[in-house]
Amino acid sequence: MIYTDLLVVGAGPAGLSAAAAAGTQGLDVLVLERSHQPGGQLVKQTHMFFGSKEQYAAYRGFEIADFLLDMIKMPNVKLQLNATALAAYDDGIWTAQVGEKYIKVKPRAVVVAAGANERNILFPGNDLPGVYGAGAVQTLMNQYGVRPAKRVVMLGAGNIGLIVSYQLLQAGVEVAAVVEASPNIGGYLVHASKLRRMGVPILTSHTVKRADGNETLESVTTWAIDEKWQGIPSTEVIWSADTLCIAVGLSPLCELLWQAGCKMVFVPELGGYVPYRDGNMATSIEGIYAAGDAAGVEEASVAMVGGKLAGLSAARYLGVDIPDESILDCHKQLEALRSGPAGAKIRAGLGKLTH
Amino acid sequence: MRIEEHPILDFNRGKPITFTFDGQTVTSYENETVAVALHSAGIRILSRSQKQRPRGLYCAIGNCASCMMVVDGEANVKTCITLVQEGMEVKTQIGKGILA
Ligand SMILES: Cc1cc2nc3c(=O)[nH]c(=O)nc-3n(C[C@H](O)[C@H](O)[C@H](O)COP(=O)(O)OP(=O)(O)OC[C@H]3O[C@@H](n4cnc5c(N)ncnc54)[C@H](O)[C@@H]3O)c2cc1C
Ligand code: FES
Repeated sequence: MIYTDLLVVGAGPAGLSAAAAAGTQGLDVLVLERSHQPGGQLVKQTHMFFGSKEQYAAYRGFEIADFLLDMIKMPNVKLQLNATALAAYDDGIWTAQVGEKYIKVKPRAVVVAAGANERNILFPGNDLPGVYGAGAVQTLMNQYGVRPAKRVVMLGAGNIGLIVSYQLLQAGVEVAAVVEASPNIGGYLVHASKLRRMGVPILTSHTVKRADGNETLESVTTWAIDEKWQGIPSTEVIWSADTLCIAVGLSPLCELLWQAGCKMVFVPELGGYVPYRDGNMATSIEGIYAAGDAAGVEEASVAMVGGKLAGLSAARYLGVDIPDESILDCHKQLEALRSGPAGAKIRAGLGKLTH
Repeated sequence: MRIEEHPILDFNRGKPITFTFDGQTVTSYENETVAVALHSAGIRILSRSQKQRPRGLYCAIGNCASCMMVVDGEANVKTCITLVQEGMEVKTQIGKGILA
């Protein structure tokens, strides 16, 4: 049995920020990360961040991952890689698989920051090899330097769809088209304009009808849809492509929170079921906190601030004297990040998170 | 196929590693996952469903189980989060796989 003050599940921006905040207060922290590399989604993000100085604006995601790793370099914070948290038990014991070993952890508090899952949608052929999550393609090309495809169709014109399309072009991959079911482009227009300038069509009110290929993907059929999102016959276009990227959104990875008995709420604006939490990231179960995409899908800057807030709240719960100003500063940063029209959906979603 | 030139990134690949896929030798690098190494060798079919439909990776970060293969005799290994090792034997998984 391993005893620790704080267990953090996931070493993405949220988990690392939580670990840094609690570690700085002198608490013993154990971070479990499933991958062999820490940093979560940041390690594959090659574009510069928006936001303010506190959130590392103008740095690229993979550089930010390195800053966060520097911040947890202290003797009382242990980062365990190749370690998958498996289960949360009633007696407060959490289990994990570390390499080939099974371990038990008895923490005094927990921050769950496991990130999110990429969704898929239904169409014939959606299981063909070559139909990949947009994040998977980003991992192949930006983390490992492998050209993921020759010619791609991108489904989804939110920020992930647009940014990954641009990154595909940078990696020398042809992007045949970006297809978006809603009548509007969901992501930032700067990204959309860059793609259009490079000759990539963005088809709104269109979706994928089917994917075909002998053993692996060879073509994608798209069609226009009406206001009720029904396909319009004879508008089909067949694109030859070896890869179809799916960028239709993420769902929080919160199985561990379900299992721990946390109250869960269905909030579509935040990606589906999310843990109920108070303004300081505390779930309905005492001593368990949630942060980052696992608490509601937003973006990396929010994940960092939310992670810090969760770490500070956990420290306070464990008896450390945390000044109100430190907590308030996190609230202010979160408010700024969620301000303006781009944050409207998130604000509406957060409004539904009440007891 | 590996990216050799990129406007933003430098890829420092580790030392070369060879392993086998269904008996065929594949060359890869240290710190690559099995799924990535196979993909760069042009291999996209990792397993077959109960109904023999081909399966490839989907999320590449360990969330979805679409990339499970038989590795060194052990079935249901998520190859997108398993690093290659010298001499590793990787096989296409058919259906549920058999517990070793
Ligand atoms: C494809 C994609 C592109 C994105 N692009 C952008 C972007 O351009 N700009 C932006 O601001 N945001 C972007 N985001 C969103 C942003 O990356 C996320 O909001 C942010 O990374 C969330 O941080 P996190 O720490 O909550 O989760 P993550 O970064 O996902 O980290 C979670 C970590 O937890 C680990 N983990 C999961 N389950 C377990 C377990 N059971 N045990 C141990 N470890 C576990 C995972 O391996 C992972 O390392 C993108 C997201 C995706 C998926
Ligand atoms: S591709 Fe999803 S778990 Fe490996």
